Amino acid sequence: MRSPVAWWNDPWRPPRFLVGITIGYLAWSLLPVAIAVLYSFNNGRSRTTWQGFSLRWYWGDATLSVWHNDALHTALIQTLKLGVVTTLITVPLGVLFAIGIDRWRGRLPAGANFLMLLSFVLPEVLLAVALLFVITTIALPIDLGTTAQVIGLITFQVSYPAVLVRARLATIGPQYEEAAMDLGASPLGALRRIILPMLMPAIFASTVLVFADVIDDFVLVRYLSGDAATEPVSVKIYNTARGAPTPALNALATLLLLAALTAVVIGFLVYRYLTRGDTTTKDRGIGAFAGEV
Amino acid sequence: MAVPVIAAPSQTAAPRRERASGLWPALAAPGIVWLLLCFVFPLYVVLCIVFGQVDPLFRTPIPVWNPVQWDPSQFNYVLTHIVGADGIFGPALVRTAVFVFAASSLCLLIAFPVAYYVARLSGRRKGLLLALLIAPFWISYMMRMFAWVNLLQNDGIVNKVLSFGGLFTMHVDWLTGQPVVVILGLVYGYVPYMILPLYAGLDRLSQPMLEASRDLGADRFSSFWRVTLPLCRPTILAAVLLTCLPMLGDYFTSDMLSASPKTAMVGNLINDSVHAPGRTGQAGAFVMLVFLVALLPMLYYIRATSRRDEVAS
Repeated sequence: MRSPVAWWNDPWRPPRFLVGITIGYLAWSLLPVAIAVLYSFNNGRSRTTWQGFSLRWYWGDATLSVWHNDALHTALIQTLKLGVVTTLITVPLGVLFAIGIDRWRGRLPAGANFLMLLSFVLPEVLLAVALLFVITTIALPIDLGTTAQVIGLITFQVSYPAVLVRARLATIGPQYEEAAMDLGASPLGALRRIILPMLMPAIFASTVLVFADVIDDFVLVRYLSGDAATEPVSVKIYNTARGAPTPALNALATLLLLAALTAVVIGFLVYRYLTRGDTTTKDRGIGAFAGEV
Repeated sequence: MAVPVIAAPSQTAAPRRERASGLWPALAAPGIVWLLLCFVFPLYVVLCIVFGQVDPLFRTPIPVWNPVQWDPSQFNYVLTHIVGADGIFGPALVRTAVFVFAASSLCLLIAFPVAYYVARLSGRRKGLLLALLIAPFWISYMMRMFAWVNLLQNDGIVNKVLSFGGLFTMHVDWLTGQPVVVILGLVYGYVPYMILPLYAGLDRLSQPMLEASRDLGADRFSSFWRVTLPLCRPTILAAVLLTCLPMLGDYFTSDMLSASPKTAMVGNLINDSVHAPGRTGQAGAFVMLVFLVALLPMLYYIRATSRRDEVAS
């Protein structure tokens, strides 16, 4: 048995305390969700007492299951619709914006960059209320509902691809583009044939991240939803969580979780394929994918 | 022969850059227009409604577009009801400050050791651990709160565990206005947003610097205190800001885990008044208050990230 002093002075002793905190944290952060997923397979109405395994709340139950209940599957479809439409508009908008801002020097692009970063850190509820005011007090051809939700989500998410693409542009540097232009390419040609292919991993990662973020969004989509038909899953959970819901709500949340995780896992695998042999993202793995830059 | 070869690129490159100058504004234009229309203009509309009029009949807000004609009475109403005899809004504002402070301190207390371990000491398990740390990001906030609603119900698992399977009778009403539950809910909800930036910062920390401090005779604590901490102070600040700012506008955590005015935060004040007839201006005033409070931290964060970009490029 070593003396405590020797143990304390040993620089190679395993960091037990930190391991303990990390494992404890992971259990605390993931177990409640795992339990909620588990109870979506419960055979009874309870969300707290296990009564056997069944798929009753997914499609077995003829009126209350996700498959058969209109309100629940409308919510799921609305969520996925918002995710796809928002992503398709946000990513090109953000990527072009980032390239333009990065190359264009002056006060105007600096101000635009400031606005973009401000929209990144502004508490979401402020933007949501502001957009709600715009739509309810000004006679616009836009009503509360899917269009308003998409507009709000694009505004809130556009900084995501912009930040990721700018970070990638900074690591690429100007030399490839200059080489292409010295060899006779026009600025647009160099952009299209050199820079865009090199940006592909960042663009792809931001596509996946925006999609996963949008389908989890709550604040904006709730304020800008029109009627019950445009309420996505997160709003449905918020509205019914405290009013004795059935495990069908767990099932709905589980399906949402599944959609987000599938998108992210597929995204990560494709991202790894796109960045194979790339030294700047090597060894960074999932961290580089998640955009910690 | 050698001289023109060297001189040629700079001579031809310059006019090319000139020609390109129209391209970059054209690429940025849609994004700039979008931000002006859907980000700046709505914030201006909030001002016009806060300093605007209320329809006497329908109690709907009438925005006043001209700043010269702005009427501060709605904003004054909110300001005068924060402190003093009719301070109906004061408690919620104080509570917001206390909740956000407590929750972000707890977040830091949890996030720093976890991020430190995963970034610097986890070795081969790093990829797996990082994936697990990122996982909560892709789980809807509402789902994570709902998971706790399940656990904390009167017949939920927490009460069952606390009563050791019926040994004691433990029936704590966790979900009816317990401030501790709301603070823990905030910590649970926002701690992933703190861990990731901390991880990124600690991962970049210069290993030779730390080894040098040990070589020069610093012990474990002073090496941590005098090298590690100062090196990651900007990271810690940025991580704290990234969790505090969204917490300032949070109302749904309190709604989900307590649903009681005893734990209402400023976000709840906004959420309760935004659809109430005649009180829309109040909601706008609270939006402005939160914006003003958040402005300095936001500016600091933007300056810090822009400076880092300049160093990187």
